[in-house]
Amino acid sequence: MVPQNDTTRINLSPRRKFRKILGAFFYTIFLLSVCVGIIGLAILLFDVLTKGIPWLSWHFITEYPSRHPEEAGLFSALMGTIWLMVLTAIFTVPVGVGAAIYLEEYAPRNFFTRFIEINVANLAGVPSIVYGLLGLALFVYLMDMGRSILAGSLTLSLLVLPIVILASRESIRAVPNSYRQAAYAMGADQWQVIKGVVLPSAVPGILTGTILAMSRAIGEAAPVIAISALVYLTFIPAHPMERFTVLPIQIFNWVSRPQEEFRGLAAAGIIVLLVILLSMNSIAVFLRNRYQIRSEE
Amino acid sequence: MSVLKDQGKKPMVRVEGAIVKGLFFCCAIVSILTTIGILITLIYQAMSFFSEISLWDFLTGTRWTPILKPRAYGVLPLLSGTVMVTVIAALVALPIGLMTAIFLSEYAPEKIRKIIKPLLEILAGIPTVVYGYFALTFLTPQLQNIFDDLIIFNALSAGIVMGVMIIPMVSSLSEDAMIAVPRNLKDGAYALGATRYEVSTRIVVPAALSGIVAAFILALSRAVGETMLVTIAAGATPRMGFNPMESIQTMTAYIVQLSLGEAPVGSLEYNTIFAVGLLLFCMTLVMNLLGFWVVRRFREEY
Repeated sequence: MVPQNDTTRINLSPRRKFRKILGAFFYTIFLLSVCVGIIGLAILLFDVLTKGIPWLSWHFITEYPSRHPEEAGLFSALMGTIWLMVLTAIFTVPVGVGAAIYLEEYAPRNFFTRFIEINVANLAGVPSIVYGLLGLALFVYLMDMGRSILAGSLTLSLLVLPIVILASRESIRAVPNSYRQAAYAMGADQWQVIKGVVLPSAVPGILTGTILAMSRAIGEAAPVIAISALVYLTFIPAHPMERFTVLPIQIFNWVSRPQEEFRGLAAAGIIVLLVILLSMNSIAVFLRNRYQIRSEE
Repeated sequence: MSVLKDQGKKPMVRVEGAIVKGLFFCCAIVSILTTIGILITLIYQAMSFFSEISLWDFLTGTRWTPILKPRAYGVLPLLSGTVMVTVIAALVALPIGLMTAIFLSEYAPEKIRKIIKPLLEILAGIPTVVYGYFALTFLTPQLQNIFDDLIIFNALSAGIVMGVMIIPMVSSLSEDAMIAVPRNLKDGAYALGATRYEVSTRIVVPAALSGIVAAFILALSRAVGETMLVTIAAGATPRMGFNPMESIQTMTAYIVQLSLGEAPVGSLEYNTIFAVGLLLFCMTLVMNLLGFWVVRRFREEY
């Protein structure tokens, strides 16, 4: 299709020199705007590192929170985060991958399928605190789970489900159709094709999406606050029905205190959180690159 | 291969196939149940709020003091706080995000792109608590050197940092739209002697406009729903008006503030967070649907 006239008609003035200068000027502006994000990131990391490193120690990792900043640590929050991440993965992955398989392999092209797709896209845009409210009313009170790890991880599962579904769909779609046709030609039925051919090829992509979804989940504070509220824990949750706290909430707790020392603790907590997130993301990127090389062969 | 092993037990296989198909369908339904669950919980709890406070008073009241006496339940102060922070974030993120996208799609060589894009992804992946910390402990003191009357908790600092936070979202969605602009349109303009700048602003941006507008809308919806950053850096003072130097409270920050204290279930305070949450959900829903609609409705087909 030919675009509308006004987009194609370029008003080229004869002043070549002026236009060249204008171009160079805007090139600089564009370049500078790219730098805003990058410099922002650099300042943020530098600020966190300089303020947090003095507070980092083995003690900080293995101790419980305390009113005395020099004795405080984030052990309970770290364990809470690990609990939450594992349970969330257990709940999200089967459902997310299942939904993706249905939408890619089984779903008829009709209104209902379209509706599910729009719904998933829209869920990805719902503010995380709203999921917290859902979890609070549904899991904590209606289903009587209390302010437990279970309620928290179910809430986070719903929150990251769209991410897992979208990532899994993409990697299932990337499996070449010839693979499927070859399996069908050997007499396999649809489920055998999915189980034996599609899923094994899609696993790296699904794994990447899952890791990214989990890193989103462990960075979230707002929905977890709605579930767990602000608690002061000096024990490690032993089972999923116990109360818990997570790293972002512990950081939030420290940031909200006026004393300078607690700001330092917050920065140290942020370093721990960022190290976990960055290592998860690196694994995801590594898997993605490996997978891409393989599919090019 | 497993396909071969399954030969010779056809009927069982068919039953298994039907069962898993049903299971997968149920998985897909979970997403719809989530939406229904959100709607029902928010509306149900908000109803008990609106049985005591009229919807009109809630939407038009200019005082929000649900935990202090005299109690007042007008949401406008929270709404104005949310709008102000979002507008500040938009002023930062929309131009910078758009220009970043232009640079990445039209100017940057592949090598530079491969460095910048992962960096922006890191920026997008940083938890919002961290941005809150940054706004409160780094940017606010810096800004206080410039503006004498800046309060510790203020909308300006939170808004600017939120703007930086959503730059990656604006730029990556806009860039996707720009990359989809066909090569021959650009080549045509270059052949006529247009400079790179002219091609970018008069061919690429207009042709990708629907995607760019959608990127703007979705990023703003993200800003409206953003929670921890504003809770930490923007304060907890519901206030009408648009003075960015002062402490404010957004809708999201109010929900967190109340959640921290474990309000007794069934109380009016407990129900306020659902009323505010419903309003928040409706706002972001409208923006998200508008974003998707703009993409579908105004997409230029090539």
